[in-house]
Amino acid sequence: MTIAHPSTRSSEFWAGARAVLPLVLSAIPFGILYGALALEAHLSPAAAIAMSMFVFAGSSQFVGAGLVRDLAPIPVIVLTTFIVNLRHALYSATLSPYLKHLGQKWLLPLGFLLTDEAFAVTISHFEGEQGDSPHRHWYMFGAELAMYLNWQVCTIVGIAAGSMMGDTAGIGLDFAMSVTFIGIVVPLIRNRPMVVAAVVAGVVALFTFQLDNKVGLMLSAAAGITAGYISEMMNNESQPFTSTQDTNLTDGQL
Amino acid sequence: MNEFLLIAGMAAVTFGVRYPVLALVSRMTLPAWAIRALRYVPVAVLTAITVPAMAAPDGHTVSFALSNAHVYAGILAGVIAWRTRKLLPTILIGMVIFFVWKALFA
Repeated sequence: MTIAHPSTRSSEFWAGARAVLPLVLSAIPFGILYGALALEAHLSPAAAIAMSMFVFAGSSQFVGAGLVRDLAPIPVIVLTTFIVNLRHALYSATLSPYLKHLGQKWLLPLGFLLTDEAFAVTISHFEGEQGDSPHRHWYMFGAELAMYLNWQVCTIVGIAAGSMMGDTAGIGLDFAMSVTFIGIVVPLIRNRPMVVAAVVAGVVALFTFQLDNKVGLMLSAAAGITAGYISEMMNNESQPFTSTQDTNLTDGQL
Repeated sequence: MNEFLLIAGMAAVTFGVRYPVLALVSRMTLPAWAIRALRYVPVAVLTAITVPAMAAPDGHTVSFALSNAHVYAGILAGVIAWRTRKLLPTILIGMVIFFVWKALFA
């Protein structure tokens, strides 16, 4: 796409919404699945919707609903949510140099609405040829808002579907969550330190998952991150960090 | 379960990782080691959640018996994810394998 004339707010906004559209479409099944899982975990429909409205982070909503089902205490669920969503700090750090000129009126909503998908399309726009528009934050906002509205609708559809299916909704839903995470994780494993991080986290998890309060999850995650980091330090062939690589890292994530 | 507290807490920590780095970075930058370590977060966390969910679907007993469809359908789904690198086919084919395996061995 070549733009001969300077971009406007609205052209940036709609370009962002258009760019994220394929990712919006692929989020639909997960939004629906989340709605059904949340009911199955005995969250009230209102709480399931409120989680999508105010937390708005797919994978952590899946994990949160799973922990509610397992009757985990609230502090444990909140801490787990924090860990699952830590990656957003990386996205924020990558995007912030492009948003320096903005005030809180913009940074608050842009931060609140940040997702893997919006990050992926926004960073490639900002780093691309048309990324120097003074209205580029509208592009990010368009991508984010498209993801947000879609997620709300899909949550409600999932709740409706889940309540119609009743108790039969439970059949296979726990595996649906596992297979979703497998589909996210495996493509991310593209160098030796990532393999090390995954293997260490998985093995530690196997030996610690029965500890109270999901302490095992924290231990396994910390062990995996540390092992990956050390392996990267020791492995001279591993690629240096670039933001392009980081963009690829988010392909198809929730 | 106090659902209000649950969602308020989850919302606060999620906003707390998204917004501050976005807003504060003109005053400070995330150190290189932190950025490097953060790249391992998704893989480590999601693997730590998924492996026990597959190996011990009842939440207590690790089982690699053929009757544990979670573990074998999970491994096959991993192979599909590795070959296709696509999320949706992995989920759809993985679910089919899961139900077929259950019908055959469980």
